[in-house]
Amino acid sequence: MRELFKDKEHLVRVAALAVAGFLVFLLAKARLVPAGFGAYGHFRAGALDDNRARPLVFAGRQAGADCHEDIVKARHGSKHAAIGCETCHGPLEKHAADPSALTPERPDQRDLCLGCHHENAARPAFIRQVNPQDHGEPGPCTACHKAHHPEMEEPAPAAGAVVGTAADPHGAPPAQPAQEVKQ
Amino acid sequence: MSPTRREFLAQSGKFLLLTGAAALAFDQILAGKPEEASNYKLTNHWWGMIIDIEKCIGCGACVRADKAENDVPRQPYYFRTWVERYHVPPVDLQHPETESLPEVDSPNGGYDGFTEKYRRGDGSKNFFVPKLCNHCAHSPCVQVCPVGATFESPDGTVLVDTKYCMGCRYCVQACPYGCRYIHPVTHVVDKCSLCYHRITKGLTTACCEACPTGARRLADLKNPDDPVHEFLRTHTIQVLKPQMATGSKMFYHGLDGSVR
Repeated sequence: MRELFKDKEHLVRVAALAVAGFLVFLLAKARLVPAGFGAYGHFRAGALDDNRARPLVFAGRQAGADCHEDIVKARHGSKHAAIGCETCHGPLEKHAADPSALTPERPDQRDLCLGCHHENAARPAFIRQVNPQDHGEPGPCTACHKAHHPEMEEPAPAAGAVVGTAADPHGAPPAQPAQEVKQ
Repeated sequence: MSPTRREFLAQSGKFLLLTGAAALAFDQILAGKPEEASNYKLTNHWWGMIIDIEKCIGCGACVRADKAENDVPRQPYYFRTWVERYHVPPVDLQHPETESLPEVDSPNGGYDGFTEKYRRGDGSKNFFVPKLCNHCAHSPCVQVCPVGATFESPDGTVLVDTKYCMGCRYCVQACPYGCRYIHPVTHVVDKCSLCYHRITKGLTTACCEACPTGARRLADLKNPDDPVHEFLRTHTIQVLKPQMATGSKMFYHGLDGSVR
């Protein structure tokens, strides 16, 4: 054995250096790689919790329905029944957590409606669209329509009626080629 | 102070029976706050979204909701989601072989809605296309990130580690859908997280919450009871840029060939 290592001291030194280098690498890795890195993949596992930690701003429609049963009842059977409360009333998580902390603002009763119901060529035909110039009277839409149940009890409009005329403000929207293909 | 024999047995028994996350959840249930129990399991979900173009009315509620929920800068260049309006001009009857390129606009990302610009019945085709991060299963942005700051989570969302991102912008260039931007305050990348803080608590995303027509619907592809499976089976579905094989999980119904 002694014979074997007689002239090989330099090899031992190199080996010792390699081991020392490896130890330095392990120490540096332990310091530099953040905790949880690689637990699920090539990323820091804690980032999932960071993304989850953001506070809520929208409470969700269930939170609204839990307290405001009267509105749920008022909307029943209406085309507006499936719309979330916060679509019109804005984000209300603060109100849901503590009703006195934030009172929802009453949305503008003309601009808000027209945001969805203004005539627009790109708007699909299933949604009722009006030209505010010749539909109804200037002023809030809620003068005639209830916001939570906007359908008015009127006889069904005649076929081929033009939407938004003074004579027949609730006529069916004109059929589009896209609509025919769908059916 | 060392624990008493009773405390020690209770603690060790609890941890033996309910290890890990379950023990934490049990603590919160004991404290009378079962709703805060973290019973979300990463491996039980695979998130995506259904976007029904035939139902999109271009009201911009999703854009406003998203900016409110995720504190996106209000300037008109920063969006986690936005809505585009496509205007495909009528076919040139003299030269039907020439492709009529669509006109696309998205004023302020659709935040304020769309004012009427085209005339109905002039032979053109007009429709709205909502866009957001496609939460690709094989995402180009994840592949180019040099530090592992953007990643595909085990439950199928593409997320950003804002503490680890160094703002090099590789991912902004790599995203084929243009869904990323550098946040003007933090100077790191930001993008749609599919409202990860909401969907992991059993809520839907802010944009789906605000959409009045149900044109956007959050989908959990690992949940056998999710109506997404019925929808995918009974409707024609396409993803954006399928030729790029990104594994996009934004399933569009009614997607026109002119959409890029």
